[in-house]
Amino acid sequence: MTNSPATAAPNAASKPIIQLRGLQKYYGDYHALRGITTDIREGEFFSLLGPSGCGKTTLLRCIAGFEDWSAGDLSIDGANMENVPANKRPTNMVFQSYAIFPHLSVAENVGFGLRRARLPKEELNKRVSEALDMVGLGGYGKRAAHALSGGQRQRVALARALILKPKVLLLDEPLSALDKKMREQMQSELRRLQRQVGITFILVTHDQEEALIMSDRIAVMFEGTIEQLATPQQLYRRPVSRKVAEFIGIMNFLPATVSRADATGIDVEVVGLGRATIAAEQCPAGAKTGAASVGFRPETMTVLYDNDPVPASGQIVTGTVAEVVYFGDMTYYDIKLDGVEKPISISMRNVVGRPVLERGAHARVSWDNGALVLFC
Amino acid sequence: MNKGRGFRVYAFVYLAFLYAPIVLLPIFAFNDATIVSFPLTGFTTKWFVQMWNNAALGDAVRNSLIVAVSVSILATTLGVFAARATTRYRFPGQAGLLGMIMLPLVLPDIIIAVSLLVTILQLGISLTLKTIILGHTLIATPFTIAILNSAFQSLDRSLEEAAYDLGETKASTFRLIIMPLVMPGIISSLLIAFSISLDEYIIASFLGGTDNTLPLYIFSLFRFANQVPTVMALGTILAVLSVVLLTIAEYFRRRGIARAGGKDTGGFL
Repeated sequence: MTNSPATAAPNAASKPIIQLRGLQKYYGDYHALRGITTDIREGEFFSLLGPSGCGKTTLLRCIAGFEDWSAGDLSIDGANMENVPANKRPTNMVFQSYAIFPHLSVAENVGFGLRRARLPKEELNKRVSEALDMVGLGGYGKRAAHALSGGQRQRVALARALILKPKVLLLDEPLSALDKKMREQMQSELRRLQRQVGITFILVTHDQEEALIMSDRIAVMFEGTIEQLATPQQLYRRPVSRKVAEFIGIMNFLPATVSRADATGIDVEVVGLGRATIAAEQCPAGAKTGAASVGFRPETMTVLYDNDPVPASGQIVTGTVAEVVYFGDMTYYDIKLDGVEKPISISMRNVVGRPVLERGAHARVSWDNGALVLFC
Repeated sequence: MNKGRGFRVYAFVYLAFLYAPIVLLPIFAFNDATIVSFPLTGFTTKWFVQMWNNAALGDAVRNSLIVAVSVSILATTLGVFAARATTRYRFPGQAGLLGMIMLPLVLPDIIIAVSLLVTILQLGISLTLKTIILGHTLIATPFTIAILNSAFQSLDRSLEEAAYDLGETKASTFRLIIMPLVMPGIISSLLIAFSISLDEYIIASFLGGTDNTLPLYIFSLFRFANQVPTVMALGTILAVLSVVLLTIAEYFRRRGIARAGGKDTGGFL
């Protein structure tokens, strides 16, 4: 991926296409959605990310019109969607199973939604072949839908949904049934397609990597609530809770004690690292003094070698290599810091001239004040 | 190479037992003798002519067709409703209700016939072909539900949602997506209900009043020894018709599966 999410993000001022206000959903006693309030912007690639059972699919199905909600408001493009059935909403869906109609040809599948428009035959054929070209299936129109591969079915489902030019395209775990290689290919193609058509895409996924790669913004959901809504970079660098941090990538956690917190900064004593000062904006609500937890990503620490100079900004701690995994381009270390029971993970890019430390070796580790995340 | 020899003998005996009596039908249907016994005495088609000219037989065939066609349509329609309801919706008492609908499957026909007769007479309804249709629909519906349930169960729910999402109504989704995909099941259901009704004897004899269906008429013919070859001729035609019908049904079933890209996991032939 050459596109950085920051430049791809739509103008923050662009108007909301979907507005959710206190959306609640009960299945009997089960509280599936516990008050979702957020705006989804026009033209953005928005992901609902979370473990299974977090309510992300329920929310998507509420937007699509396949589920009623118990309380709250949902509007699409300014119109309240209460009592508006799925077939009257400006949304179209790509289903997890693709839901390709097996008894119809590829062209009949793609043109299915235009049936009601009663277009002249040439116009219909033109729109269908345009849609097929768009997803890279030009010339496949006459084929039987059931004779397609998984990736091709996925494309047919996309073309079928996009041909109606919906205001919002809903994607329910669309890549989960594909093998790894096909999935990676479809990830970049979906991103390209979204930019090309400019339609808002809402993706439901449990795969954090997929969400990071594809989205402009990600809503991380747990137990029926949005825990954090942020860009991929914000989400990775400044997860608001340990739960989010654990779900997105790998993060090391160390116990810490907050000794001072005011507008100029937060002083913490981190077990194994020592004193650190954390920017005050990390805790907008203000940090309490006392026990807390500090996290940092594996790549923010550096394992130093005998000849390495001490980095100007960094501080140094020592420890022992508990485990080494050599991965070609990367080396993954588990290092037991002096005074800390649980080893921490550190990933190092392998560059020319840098040796790989062996298990049991003494290690010096430099760390950066700015990489620490305080969970206050 | 002796392995499995016993099984081959068994299979041969089994098939002989199954089909030898049916093979006897055409042999005696074309045999020029009133007595059904070997040795054969000569070739004739007069039993077929005699059968053709038998007005009472014509009536019985016509009655049976009316009943069987009505039953297959009624039982299949009811089966579609039931299968749709049990596979798509959840409601209280569902399992118990389905169990009660399926009960006639194991209930002796004679019990059903007697209780239906008593009820119908109490209601003051006269016994005609309509009452036979009623009784046959009752016993055929559990079979159609069983067949249609599996057809509806194998239907991916998101297919319906996709059609609905693409702007179709619930009704047009049923017509455009669900019906074509469950059509093989509907055809088998029609055929099963038709054949159940066609050869049903007990209920037809209880509820038929003065109207004869084919099984009733055939049975009555056996009282006259000189009519037996006519029955043989009739049996020959029915056997040929069944094979033709089954072949057609199987052809459509396989074509349906091939078009839907499914895997062939069953069927009659």
